[in-house]
Amino acid sequence: MPSRIRQPKTAGTYVRRGLVITYLFLLVAWPVSLVVKHTFDGGLDNLQTALSDPDVVFALQLTVYVAVWAVVINTVFGVGVSLLLVRYNFPGRGILSALIDLPLSVSPIVVGLALLLTYGSTNGLLGPSLKDAGIQVAFAPLGIILATAFVSLPLVIRELVPVLHEIGTDQEQAARSLGAGPWQTFRRITLPSVKWALVYGVVLSLARSLGEFGAVKIMSGNIAGQTQTATLSVEEKYQDFQQGTAYATSFLLALIAVAALVVVSVLRPKESPDGD
Amino acid sequence: MTTEIQPAPGATRKRRVRSATSLTRSSGIGLGLAVTWFSLLVLIPLALVVIQSADGGWQTFRDTLTNSQTAAALRLTVTQALIVTLVNVVFGTLIAWVLVRDHFWGKRILEVIIDIPFALPTIVAGLVLLSLYGPDSPIGINVANTERSVFLALLFVTLPFVVRTVEPVLLELDPEVEEAAASLGASRFTTLRRILLPALAPAITAGAALSFARGISEYGSLVLLSGNLPNKTEVASVRILTYIENGNEAAAASVAVLLLGVALIAIILLQVLTSVVSKRA
Repeated sequence: MPSRIRQPKTAGTYVRRGLVITYLFLLVAWPVSLVVKHTFDGGLDNLQTALSDPDVVFALQLTVYVAVWAVVINTVFGVGVSLLLVRYNFPGRGILSALIDLPLSVSPIVVGLALLLTYGSTNGLLGPSLKDAGIQVAFAPLGIILATAFVSLPLVIRELVPVLHEIGTDQEQAARSLGAGPWQTFRRITLPSVKWALVYGVVLSLARSLGEFGAVKIMSGNIAGQTQTATLSVEEKYQDFQQGTAYATSFLLALIAVAALVVVSVLRPKESPDGD
Repeated sequence: MTTEIQPAPGATRKRRVRSATSLTRSSGIGLGLAVTWFSLLVLIPLALVVIQSADGGWQTFRDTLTNSQTAAALRLTVTQALIVTLVNVVFGTLIAWVLVRDHFWGKRILEVIIDIPFALPTIVAGLVLLSLYGPDSPIGINVANTERSVFLALLFVTLPFVVRTVEPVLLELDPEVEEAAASLGASRFTTLRRILLPALAPAITAGAALSFARGISEYGSLVLLSGNLPNKTEVASVRILTYIENGNEAAAASVAVLLLGVALIAIILLQVLTSVVSKRA
């Protein structure tokens, strides 16, 4: 039971509760449940058709491969940048902190355009020289990884920075003064205290990475069986009147993303004493 | 480096001096690596978009933005994003209020539902909305290929922003202050106006800025839903994509720079508001 005094329930309480439930039901719950229903309209047929289509299977594998790489890159980068931003003073810290959020506000299409202007094989800034060196970026898995890493870049940092601020440095300093090295301090003191924020950030990044569409559409070239990811395959199959396959692929993508969120929200200890 | 730390009065200043240190050698290398990667991935590409838009000169920029189809797309995008943001301000605050102050069975489920638009791939979001509000709608509402489909898609993908920024602030707010106001004779409306709104306003504005920035840049959820009809349901992102596909990168960059500018303004607004909030706390 919450320790704080509960306000008496009035008619307004029920009106507000009803409004919120209706709004969320009409906007999210009902439409999502319909996609699940459509997926299983003919039993497991849609899923079987989708999973026996080599292009869909390839797209799913490519998506997982790209997402894992993007998440690994963003986790390493995110932990490093969060520690730098919170624990160190350096000129330009405020600017870096502001710029880090930029990818969240940039349209995926603009992300695609920006990366194409930089890494495009024929007239990009760095693309041609990279190609001469044997590294194909645009219209190849590497380009898809870059696009995915771009759009999900700030998610780990946004979760870590507030928690790092909150825990302060007392324990870290104690560990240091007792003779722990920087790596040992990080692994034994810092990491355990930010564990849940990190897990949450990683899960958000994974969900975002699996679902990226616009930026990947431009950077990948969208060739089925070669550079087509799962979200691109959903678009093509839907417009190709293979709606069952589109629903099934969507269902699989949504399943991973929502399942990850649910698992984390169940596992994560509530910060507020006034939990449910 | 230490010259930055002026001995200033105030406890917050003191704490910052204690917890943040100057760069050591290894953290300096780390910073260098991080900034290099960030530049290669984000800063250089975005700078190239700006350069590309200036490349064709002012003429290209103006021609692109005064092109009637592009102008219509920009108008539609900004209008719908604004309307959606207004709806989010009202409903987002209401949802946050109910999640924090109300207690009922199934509240945890609502918490997960709020996050679904974040987690769902945007193309799937379009498919999801199409199943209830498309041609095969079980309730007979078909918004596909109309302006309302743009509104609906933006409303779906921006749902969590205001809720998730207002919720933590509301959690910190002590209901006893409101009770005190009420016991001193303030009406419910006065309490709302004098106690609640001033406390929540920065969070609501921050959420609104995020929601607007996301709204003007949306693409994926509109692909299947809006039909991308020129002058009718075509948004700015789709215009940019068309320009890219036609090989007109200068025009694509011009529209992109306009979108980037609006997004940047939203971010700056956010930073200012956040600093206002932290100064108050």
